[in-house]
Amino acid sequence: MKIGIPKEVHAGEKRVATTPDVAKQLIKLGFEVAIEAGAGSAANYSDASYVEAGVTVITSTKEVWTESDIILKVRGPELNPDLNTEEVDLLKENQVLISFLWPAQNPELLKKLADKKVIAMAMDMIPRISRAQKMDALSSMANIAGYRAVVEAAQHFGRFFTGQITAAGKVPPAIVMVIGAGVAGLAAIGAAKSMGAIVRAFDTRPEVKEQIESMDAEFLELDFEEDASGAGGYAKVMSKEFIEAEMALFAEQAKEVDIIITTALIPGKPAPELILEDHVVAMKDGSVVVDLAAEQGGNCKLSEAGKVVKKHGVSIIGYTDLPSRMAAQASQLYGTNLRHLLTDMCKEKDGIIKVDFDDEVVRGATAVKEGQITFPPPAPKLSAAPPKPAEKPAEPVVVEEEEPSVMGPLITFGVGALALLGLGAVAPVSFMAHFTVFVLACFVGYMVIWNVKAALHTPLMSVTNAISSIIIIGAILQISSGDNIIMWVAAFAVLITSINIVGGFAVTRRMLEMFRK
Amino acid sequence: MSQGLVTASYVGATILFILALGGLSNQETSRRGNLYGMIGMIIALVATISGVTGNIEILLVAMLIGGTIGLILAKRIQMTQMPELVASLHSLVGLAAVMVGFASFMDPDAHFTGVELTIHNVEIYLGVLIGAITFSGSIIAFGKLSGKITGNAMLLPARHWLNLGLLFASIWLCGSFVEQSAAGDGMMPLVIMTGIALLFGIHMVMAIGGADMPVVVSMLNSYSGWAAAATGFMLSNDLLIVTGALVGSSGAILSYIMCKAMNRKFISVIAGGFGTTTGGGSSSAEEGEQGEVVAIHAPEVAELLTGAKEVMIIPGYGMAVAQAQHIVCEITKSLRAKKVNVRFGIHPVAGRMPGHMNVLLAEAKVPYDIVYEMDEINDDFPNIDVTVVIGANDIVNPSALTDPNSPIAGMPVLECWNGNITIVLKRGMATGYAGVQNPLFFKENTRMLFGDARASLDEVFKNL
Repeated sequence: MKIGIPKEVHAGEKRVATTPDVAKQLIKLGFEVAIEAGAGSAANYSDASYVEAGVTVITSTKEVWTESDIILKVRGPELNPDLNTEEVDLLKENQVLISFLWPAQNPELLKKLADKKVIAMAMDMIPRISRAQKMDALSSMANIAGYRAVVEAAQHFGRFFTGQITAAGKVPPAIVMVIGAGVAGLAAIGAAKSMGAIVRAFDTRPEVKEQIESMDAEFLELDFEEDASGAGGYAKVMSKEFIEAEMALFAEQAKEVDIIITTALIPGKPAPELILEDHVVAMKDGSVVVDLAAEQGGNCKLSEAGKVVKKHGVSIIGYTDLPSRMAAQASQLYGTNLRHLLTDMCKEKDGIIKVDFDDEVVRGATAVKEGQITFPPPAPKLSAAPPKPAEKPAEPVVVEEEEPSVMGPLITFGVGALALLGLGAVAPVSFMAHFTVFVLACFVGYMVIWNVKAALHTPLMSVTNAISSIIIIGAILQISSGDNIIMWVAAFAVLITSINIVGGFAVTRRMLEMFRK
Repeated sequence: MSQGLVTASYVGATILFILALGGLSNQETSRRGNLYGMIGMIIALVATISGVTGNIEILLVAMLIGGTIGLILAKRIQMTQMPELVASLHSLVGLAAVMVGFASFMDPDAHFTGVELTIHNVEIYLGVLIGAITFSGSIIAFGKLSGKITGNAMLLPARHWLNLGLLFASIWLCGSFVEQSAAGDGMMPLVIMTGIALLFGIHMVMAIGGADMPVVVSMLNSYSGWAAAATGFMLSNDLLIVTGALVGSSGAILSYIMCKAMNRKFISVIAGGFGTTTGGGSSSAEEGEQGEVVAIHAPEVAELLTGAKEVMIIPGYGMAVAQAQHIVCEITKSLRAKKVNVRFGIHPVAGRMPGHMNVLLAEAKVPYDIVYEMDEINDDFPNIDVTVVIGANDIVNPSALTDPNSPIAGMPVLECWNGNITIVLKRGMATGYAGVQNPLFFKENTRMLFGDARASLDEVFKNL
């Protein structure tokens, strides 16, 4: 099948749905790949690099749309200002469109797509199950947004992130508070931490505490019992009391922290308002607030979508295009997500995809098929983060270690002593002498062998093997016997034990030679 | 040579043998230790041969032939075949013990009476018994290790009763042997017992599965020692007794260490049956699908390795099978040149013989000071960036610690999942010898590199 990648038309959108690297992999799967000229230039992928990867470059926008069986895009279809046509109108029956669609927010678009009888798959609807992580474009983008949020904050924050003691005086480290420890929040924590800031993080879902602490950030705890884990690993709306406690915490933190990064989103709802005007007023002059939820109404009351504003001495960043600001990286990750989805749909690797509704991932992502709107999909079977009880504190398996009882050794010693006495009562003196030697040798062996390094266990075995061939002495003593049978038996025993002696020592030597620093 | 001189030489040889074993306590002194062992053996041989009164030509010819065969074997053997070689050498000790026992029994010069005769006969009987078990057991172990016999456990119905029956039969035969030999007869019971012992050895090792082979090999090592000690009693020779006891306890300790490393009782290993489905199965392993594995390709592995600061390599039997130790060493060298700290973590029962992995890595010239034992490095995993598991399975199975119903529950394992990312090299999704599915493969930070270990690593190396 033929894959077409048109140039993104949304104002300021720099990403592209496929990079040369990804295209190579798609071609390996048996697809033909064509791209509109200049589609990758904003993300620094030249047409020439696509050609090198085996992609056809097409100058006509229309041709890309009409000649392809699969259209890969970043943004959903909208008005193409150059052609002055709706991109939806360029689609034809049975074509497959894969992009971000936000079906819940765009019912009209879905209807148009259904009228066109195309198959439309929304990358934002990939279910959050572990099998589909590699296709989860929202996570990829959130990761970039989180990283970029710190970079933007640093840009507007007039100080170092890391604390330093310099000849010109002491510089305190910046204190960053991250609200919402989803993918974006964790990425922001990581980035801020690696720049040297002190990072605190808050989330309504208690199970992320561990993740936050694993990134070496401080988890801000609220003295309040309420679990916010909703379906699919996202957060849900909290009770009024909880929100009041939360506000009090933020008010207290606002006085101390230099940078606040908010990433709180609830699926299908406007973003919760977490940073009020009072909080901003309480912050020090020169502080920064980055609001990653600006597009959905904003976590900060004062933020304006797509802009940086300065209010009460605080820069409030409300950019909504953070992933696009790192277009090369974002395109690479998004393209790889797409490739994984296509790989899963093209099991035979013959360049033909199947929209299989038995596949939970495909079912979840597909919003329109055969003229029908298939959104919303049935609820996914699994929650990405299963509720805690499933994970019982793994009962440590008890390594069998019984209480050392006094009786055990006593009984052993008792039995041993009796056996020895019994033996001594009947056995002749000569036997007892040998027996003494035997027991002592066992103890010597015991003491010596415990000191042997585990690494040398194989040489130990081969050398003991050679030594145990000392049995040859028995055979040597018998060989001078007058009895012919005995003589030959003994000779044979000498032969095989000699193999053992020489072979054992030689192979041990060979092994030990190899051990070197 | 006078009897006094012979005894003095034996004392010298004994001391040298003890020093030889003591020398193995670390790599620097080990070569000297081996030398002590050789000198001890030469002293003992010279002292004994000097007392030989006849047939000295036959003796020397036999020694020459045997020695040559041994030397050729030692030179030719591949390091990956060490377990087989050790097992076959054990069988020779067992066979020799049987022969010396029979010869001693037939010896017309022996003059024992009363209790002494009884004790002497019991000693012969024990020597032959242990020797025969060692012999046939080692042969089967050899067959299993070299793949000539299937590595799976063969379980006869009512095998424990069979073993018990054989045991009682041997005890009863011992009685009748002592009785008859007092009257100058007794060949019959001795021969029957030898047959029983041979059968017992075969049956015992046949019932033990692949992953328990290290225990079997070290146990046979121990038996070969006890056989020598029993022969020593029979011939009233202290040198044999001491040496046999040394070797016997050495093998016993090795078996103990191996059992400990698998958290299994020695008796249950010997009773056999591990590695089959008789264990009732693990509850969690059977709860359907465990999730999805994430495959990875060699170039990505190379990238991960170059990007890492701390790399841990965990080799298993699969590395030996694929003969991948040399390429592992090349990769190690190349990474160390790039200032990546590469270390090796060795599980005590990795491979088919105690210390098997160490020998293979040493053969490939991996310096031994970057090769660590499990206990030394298990706490370091949280600091490890990339762990590479090469053809190992059960020794990195987290269910040993988390699932009390798992057949390998309680076995200490290398906790590689605590590291940042784990790459598992494997031919397919088959289970290990314990027959347990490994949840490690389904963990989020685990990547699978499917294919033959050597081919995969070759490609990784090319991409470094």
